[in-house]
Amino acid sequence: MTPLSRRHDFALIFDVTNGNPNGDPDAGNMPRLDPETNHGLVSDVSLKRKIRNYVDLARTGEAGHHIYVQEGAILNEMHRKAYVALRPDDTKAAKDAKLNPKDDAEALKLRDWMCANFFDVRTFGAVMSTGINCGQVKGPVQMTFATSVEPIMPVEITVTRMAATNEAEKKKAAEGGDDQRSDNRTMGRKHIVPYGLYLAHGFVSAKFAEKTGFSEDDLALLFEALTSMFEHDRSAARGEMTTRRLIVFRHQNALGNAPAHKLFDRVRIGRNVEGEWRALDDRGLGNLAPARRFSDYVIEIDREGLPEGVEILDLV
Amino acid sequence: MSYGIRLHVRGRHALFTRPELKVERASYDVMPPSAARGILEAIHWKPAIRWVIDRIHVLEPIRFQSIRRNEVGHKAPAGKIRQAMNRGDLGGVQLLVDEDRQQRASTVLVAPAYVIEAHFVLTPRADADDSEGKHLDIFNRRAARGQCFHQPCLGTREFAADFALIAPGAPLPPRNSEAETSDLGFGAPRDLGFMLWDIDHAKPGRPSLLFRASLRDGVMEVPQPGSPEIRQ
Repeated sequence: MTPLSRRHDFALIFDVTNGNPNGDPDAGNMPRLDPETNHGLVSDVSLKRKIRNYVDLARTGEAGHHIYVQEGAILNEMHRKAYVALRPDDTKAAKDAKLNPKDDAEALKLRDWMCANFFDVRTFGAVMSTGINCGQVKGPVQMTFATSVEPIMPVEITVTRMAATNEAEKKKAAEGGDDQRSDNRTMGRKHIVPYGLYLAHGFVSAKFAEKTGFSEDDLALLFEALTSMFEHDRSAARGEMTTRRLIVFRHQNALGNAPAHKLFDRVRIGRNVEGEWRALDDRGLGNLAPARRFSDYVIEIDREGLPEGVEILDLV
Repeated sequence: MSYGIRLHVRGRHALFTRPELKVERASYDVMPPSAARGILEAIHWKPAIRWVIDRIHVLEPIRFQSIRRNEVGHKAPAGKIRQAMNRGDLGGVQLLVDEDRQQRASTVLVAPAYVIEAHFVLTPRADADDSEGKHLDIFNRRAARGQCFHQPCLGTREFAADFALIAPGAPLPPRNSEAETSDLGFGAPRDLGFMLWDIDHAKPGRPSLLFRASLRDGVMEVPQPGSPEIRQ
């Protein structure tokens, strides 16, 4: 597999309907908010988690496509077998664990082996505590926080469950309420964003790809993951999430042919007012109802006067 | 000093972690010189040259925000990987994130913008065809076209940096007039305390080098390598 030879920058646009795209552990799992502007946030690591999960699903057990940073449940039968096979070695492992690579050359070999076997190490990098500071892999793919294009309004929804977790809870409910129905009920909370359109930026460095062996095929798989990752991440909390656009700027050159921020400025997201594009900060939008569906927005790509050597790929 | 460059960088957030606060990361108020060096190296660097930061202009008010994320508690153990390599079997080489969770907050800067003033010097590894003019030309050409080795970042990789070259002789980008307060050292210099100057990679143990940073009229002067202001 030949490593990637061209730099890429991409804009990922996705939306959420009646769901929580990314909870904030600091705020009792409310959707993440920028406290100054009320725009919604989705952290870079949240998006990377979904990419890993998708690759794990789509390429289960395929050579070179293992996932190093896994979620708790090991779905993969092969991995479990490997785990069992590993156990007899465990006593030896305890002794060996204290050893560090003998020299830089060995640390390099370890790094290359990790890159060759694990898609996420090759793509996002990983920190390997080798004792020598060269076991650190910087991956070619870098993603930023996704931000909603307009302020979002999280809604707290109280739900009930018609059962108690344990006897004590049941008693407490019985003492407190006159309502007979509340005997066995537990109240719970859900936080949802009625609608939010989010934009994230991503960068693929061809020069780092050379170092980790991230190939054209890997890039195609990354874009496939960005396109379909929400389709395989359904849950009660998420609501409906969908990748709406994936706009890729392909440079002819490994170092790139234009500044990334100027390319990203070409993706213009506006409100749809009777079929016309209107800037989001347009004062005239005051009377417009809040956006509740994707068709309330218009996305335009300025293809005029594109810098030489830059190509726009519209993947979704 | 005739080979100075000026680069305008900005972004939505930045996290220049203080070495003493790196479990729950808290950012320095201003970009430290080592982070500025990393940005320049992301655009152009060769072993033949070393970037030296001269001063950093702060263009926007210093504001913070807190972000808490689920993070993984451990690094990849080299010993396990080596065993798996020797065995030819991937078993056991993985991190179970749900069992190895740490929730950590980061205190990050909001909407920062800086101008980095820097120059480079040739190192002993420079050979006959490394002239200062050549590397200066490469840097200027790349920065002007928006080319980079990898997208530079403001402290950590999730906070990408937009960069633009300020051509020689061109005026500096305007400072946000709301930022011209005592916070940025207007009126009287503002002491920023001890700040990481850089890490000495040549010495064993890689000691940190610190300097007493202060902001005067929105500009942080950075001591030159070897000057007595740099302490270990």
